[in-house]
Amino acid sequence: MTKLFATTALLTALALPAFAVQPAEGETLAETQTYTYWLLDAIKSLDPALNTDVEGSDVQRNLYEGLMIEDAQGAMIPGMALSHEVSEDGLTYTFTLRDANWSNGEPVTADDFVYAWQRVVTPETASEYAWYLELMNVANATAIVAGEMAPDQLGVAALDDKTLQVTLTTPTPYFIKTLSHTTTYPVPRAVVEEHGDAWTQPGNLVGNGAFTLASHNLGVEIVLQKNPEYWDAENVVMETVRGVTVNDNNVALTRYQAGELDRVQIPAGQYPRLSEQYPDQAISVPNGCSYAYVFNVGENGPEVLKDQRVREAMALSLNREIIVDQVLQGGQRPAYTWTHWAIEGFAAPEGGMEDMPMEDRLARATELLAEASYGPDNPVRLQLQYNTDDNHRLLAIAAQQFWRPLGIEIELNNVEWAVHTDRLQSGDFEVARYAWCADYNEATTFLDWFRTDGYNSGKWSNEEYDALLEEARTAEDTAPLYQRAEEILAEEVPAAFVYHYAKVDMINPAIKGLPTENLRNTWYGKDLYRTAE
Amino acid sequence: MVIDQQKMQSLSDRLVTDEVRGRSPWADARRRFWRNRAAMLGLTILVLVVLFALLGGQFAQWSGEELDFSVMGQVAQMGQPSIANGHYFGTDNLGRDLYARVVQGTQISLMVGIVGAGIAVIVGTLYGATAGYVGGRTDQIMMRAVDILMSIPYMFVLILLLVMFGRSMSMLFLGIGLISWLDMSRIVRGQTLSLKNREFIEAARATGVSSFRIIIRHIVPNLLGVVAVYATLLVPLMILTESFISFLGLGVQEPLTSWGALISEGAGTMNYGTLWQLAFPLFFFVITLFGFFFVGDGLRDALDPKER
Amino acid sequence: MFAFVLRRLAVAIPTLLLLIVFSFVLMHLAPGGPFTGERALPPQVLANLEAQYGLNDPLWLQIWNYLVSVVVHFDFGPSFVYPDRTVNQLIANGFPVTLTYGGLSFLAAVIFGVSLGVVAAIWHNSWVDYLAVGISIGAQVLPNFVMAPLLVLVFTLWYRLLPGGGWSFSDPSFWVMPVIALATSYMASIARITRSSMLEVLGSNHIRTARAKGMPEHRVIIRHALKPAMLPVISYLGPVFVSMITGSVVIDIYFSTGGIGKAFVDSALNRDYAVMMGVTILVGALTILFNLLVDVLYAWIDPKIRY
Repeated sequence: MTKLFATTALLTALALPAFAVQPAEGETLAETQTYTYWLLDAIKSLDPALNTDVEGSDVQRNLYEGLMIEDAQGAMIPGMALSHEVSEDGLTYTFTLRDANWSNGEPVTADDFVYAWQRVVTPETASEYAWYLELMNVANATAIVAGEMAPDQLGVAALDDKTLQVTLTTPTPYFIKTLSHTTTYPVPRAVVEEHGDAWTQPGNLVGNGAFTLASHNLGVEIVLQKNPEYWDAENVVMETVRGVTVNDNNVALTRYQAGELDRVQIPAGQYPRLSEQYPDQAISVPNGCSYAYVFNVGENGPEVLKDQRVREAMALSLNREIIVDQVLQGGQRPAYTWTHWAIEGFAAPEGGMEDMPMEDRLARATELLAEASYGPDNPVRLQLQYNTDDNHRLLAIAAQQFWRPLGIEIELNNVEWAVHTDRLQSGDFEVARYAWCADYNEATTFLDWFRTDGYNSGKWSNEEYDALLEEARTAEDTAPLYQRAEEILAEEVPAAFVYHYAKVDMINPAIKGLPTENLRNTWYGKDLYRTAE
Repeated sequence: MVIDQQKMQSLSDRLVTDEVRGRSPWADARRRFWRNRAAMLGLTILVLVVLFALLGGQFAQWSGEELDFSVMGQVAQMGQPSIANGHYFGTDNLGRDLYARVVQGTQISLMVGIVGAGIAVIVGTLYGATAGYVGGRTDQIMMRAVDILMSIPYMFVLILLLVMFGRSMSMLFLGIGLISWLDMSRIVRGQTLSLKNREFIEAARATGVSSFRIIIRHIVPNLLGVVAVYATLLVPLMILTESFISFLGLGVQEPLTSWGALISEGAGTMNYGTLWQLAFPLFFFVITLFGFFFVGDGLRDALDPKER
Repeated sequence: MFAFVLRRLAVAIPTLLLLIVFSFVLMHLAPGGPFTGERALPPQVLANLEAQYGLNDPLWLQIWNYLVSVVVHFDFGPSFVYPDRTVNQLIANGFPVTLTYGGLSFLAAVIFGVSLGVVAAIWHNSWVDYLAVGISIGAQVLPNFVMAPLLVLVFTLWYRLLPGGGWSFSDPSFWVMPVIALATSYMASIARITRSSMLEVLGSNHIRTARAKGMPEHRVIIRHALKPAMLPVISYLGPVFVSMITGSVVIDIYFSTGGIGKAFVDSALNRDYAVMMGVTILVGALTILFNLLVDVLYAWIDPKIRY
C-alpha cells in the first residue's frame, strides 16, 4: 500500500503555528470575556450521536472537537488529527492524533473515536444521524444500521492510542469535509458507560473541546466555561460563552438592543432599517441554504404538474427579485439554481431565465400556459403547502399573488412542521415549500437531493442527471458536470427555486473573531474575543 | 376570563320564580334594559361593528389579498394610514390593505364568536334540559360526565384537536364551541328541575306528548332568559379563545385572517415604526369585547334586578 | 365533608384514565411522528428508533405499557425530542418555574383584584369606582401576547429596569414581568366580580342591621361584608387556575422562563408523545385537585352548603 500525504492545504496548515486569536493592533481586550448569543429554541441534545440541529451543533462544537475543525473560510484544518494519509485506492484513511486531554484530564485516544462512531450506528443508540456515517461511506455502516452486522465491524479501527484508521466502501472526494460534523465527534467511553443517558448533564459531561458545560437550564440558557485541559487553551481568550433562548425573534432583538445579547437574527424586513441605523452591527453574509417550491410530479401528484410547460410557467413568473428585495430584504439572492451561489467550485450555467427581463418572462409564461390550454379563463388550481413560520407565510402569499394574474389559482395550505414533513415524505402534496442546507461545502450536497434515489420529495427522475452525478464522484473537473446538472433542472423544472439564504444578524461590534466567510456559519468560541469599548 | 356563575344562578332562580308566579319577566326587563346607559352604549358599539363587518368591504379601495408593490418593502415609510392611496388603516408588512384585512378579520372573529357560542348554547341547553327533565339515573350519569369533563384542561384538548384534524374553520368552531357548554348545562338542568313539575308540563305529559317534544316545546322556551344572557357573555370568551389559538399559529388559513391573527402580527412589529398594524385590529377587538360585556351584563341586570 | 372529598377523589381516577387514553389515541392518530424531520430517515434508522421507543407495538399495548410505567414506577418515559432527558426530568425542571410565577400571579390577581373590587364598591358611583371599573375592563381584554412584548420594550429597553427574560429562583427581578403579564387580566375579572358581589352584600339586610347598630363602617365591611362577598370570587378561582396554566405558554415564549406551558405546546406540535402525555396528566391532576380545594374552601366559608 503506497501512502500518500494529504492535500496541500493541509500541509500548509500544518506548517503554521496553531491557529491563534489575538487582538489586532490598537484593540484592547475587555475585562470580562463573555459572549452571549441568541438561541431560538432549547438545545435538544448535547450528545454528539443524538444531535440533529444547527443550534445543538453550535454548542457541541465548543464542547467537543472532531478530527477536523474549520477555519474562518470554512476550510478544514487539523483538530484532533495532526495529519492523515490516504491509500492509493482512496479507500483507507489513517489519522495521527495529537496529544490532547478530555476535560477530566484523561487522554483522548483513537479508541474514543472508534467507540463514538460505533455508537452512532448501533441500532440501540437510536441516532437520527446514523445515516451520516453512511453518507461518509464508512465500510459496513449500512449493514450495522440495518442490524445485520455487529457494530464492531464498522470500518474504523484504533491501530494504537494515537492512530486511527478508517476504511471506506468507495472513494469519497468529500470525505475530509465531513469530519468537522458533530456526528463524528469522539465521546469519552468511561463517562458514557458510567452515567448512561445522563452523561450529558452538567457535572457529568466530559468533552475535549475548548469549553466545558457549566450549566444548562433547558429553554432558558446554557453556559460554557473555558476548558483549561484543552490542548490549545493558552490561545483561547474567551472565558464564557452563553446561549440564551428567546422564542420570539422580535423580543430577542429588543433584548439585543438592551445589551442583553451580543448576537441575534434580524427579523424579516428589518435589515434595511437596522443597517441604516447601526451600520457596524447589522451584518448579512451568505448562508448555504436554498429555498424552493417543489412540484410533486410523482404518482400522487396532480395531473397538471406533470405538464412541464405549467411548471416552467410557474418558475418563470415567480418574481424572485421582489421576494428578495422587498419581502426578505436581508441580502438574500434570487435563486435560479438549486446549488447555493457561494458553494466552492460552483458556477451557475449561463443564459437561463435569470437574464430575461420580467416582462419577457411573464409573456413566455402566458404563452406556455396557453399552449397547455390554461389561462385566466381556465385556471390551473393547485395547493401550496408550507409549514408554520412567518417568512414561509409571507412568501407563500406573495407567490400566490404572482401566479394569480396568469391563471394559476393557489390555495394556501399552512400545516405544522410534523405534518408538513410527513406529507413531503409520503408524496401527499401538490406544491410544497422546501429548503435544503449544505452539509459540506460542495455542490453535491444540493444536487444529490434531486437524484432518483435522493430525498427528492417531488419524485422527479432523469437518467442523464443521475449519470452526471455518478460521474462527478470520481471526476477530476466537476464544475462542467454540475453546470450541466443545473441546466437539466432549469429545463425540466422539478421545482421553482426561490432564493439563496443569507445569515442576517445584529452582532455586537465588540465581539471579534466570528466568521463572515464561512458558508455554513460554523463558529468556534475559541476564536472569539471581546474588545473593550 | 370566565362568566360569573353565581350571578347566572341567581338569574336562573329569579326567572323560575317569575315563571312560577305567572309573570312575564320580559316586559319589565325591556324597560330596564333600555334605561341602562352602559348596555345601550354596548349595543350601539356592537351594531356599528356588525355594520362595519357587513358593509365595510364596500368602501375598501383594495382587496385584502393583493400586494401593493409601491408600498411593499418600505411599509414603515409608505404604508401608513392614508386616504390618498386608499389604505385607510395603512398596510401590513407585505403591503396588503389593512382596512380590508380588518374588515375580513372582523367577519371571521364575529363568526367564530357567534357560531362557537351558538354551539355551546345549543349543546348545553339540550344536554341540561334532557338531564333535568329525564331525571333519576340518567340525570346522575349525565351530570357526572359533566363533572369529569370539567376537570379536563380544555385548551390542551383543543390544541390536540387542531393538531390532529388540521386547521380548518369548522374544526375551530366545533372545538371552541364544544369546550364551553358545560357550565351552561348545569344551570339549565337546575332550571329544568324546577320547571318540570309545573302544571303545563304535566298537562302535556298527560296528553301523551313525547319527552323530546316537551323538552323542545315547553322547557327550552322557558329557558330563554338564561340562554340569551349566557350567549351574549360567551361570544367575547370565544373571541378571546380564538385569538389565543391564532397566536399559537393554529388559527384560520391565509389569506383569511382574524383579529387574533392581525393583533399577534401587529404586536410582533410594534417597535418597528408600524404601530398602526397593531392599533386598528386591537381597537376593534377591544371595543367589541366591551360591547358584548356591557350588553350581557345589562341583559342580566334587566332580567334579574336587585332591589336595594 | 370527608365522604365528599373521598367521592371526588374516586371520580378523579377514571377521569384521569379517560384523559390519558383520549390524548394518547388523538396524539397517535395525528399525522407525522416524533422522528419526521427535514430529511426522511432511512427506513432502517426509523425502524431502530421506533423499536427503541416501543412505537411499533399495537396502540392498545402502548397505552397499557404506558399506564403500567406511570402507575407502577411513576416513570413517564424518555422524551423523543430531548433524547438526553426523561419526561420526569423535564417536568421537574419546568414545573417549579411555572408553579412559582403562576402561584405569584394567582396571589397578585386575588389580592389586587379583591382590593380594587372592594374599593370600587365602597365608593360606589364615585370617580374611584369609575376608575377601578375602567382599569379592570381595559385590563381584562388586553391579550397577554400584546402585553408581554410591550413590557419587555418598556422595562428592558427603555427604562433598563428589569431583565428581558430568563429565570432564576433567587432573583425576583426575573419574576416581575411574567407575573404582571399573567396576572393582569385575572386581576381585572376578580375585581369586577368582587365589586358586584360586594355591592349586593352591602345592600343586604344584615349589613343594614349592623350599620343600624352603630358599628363603624370599616368593621362592617371587614367583619360582615367581606366573607359572604368572597363566595363568587372563590367559585371563580378554579377556572382561573386552569386558564393560568394554559396562559403560561405565552409567558414561556416571551420571557424564556422554561416552564411547562411551552413544553406542552411544543410536544404537541413535535409529536413528543411522552412529554405531551406527562404534562397533560400533570395538569389534569392539578386541575382536579384544585377544583376540589376550591369546593372545600367554598363549603367552609358558606355555612349553607352541606355535602
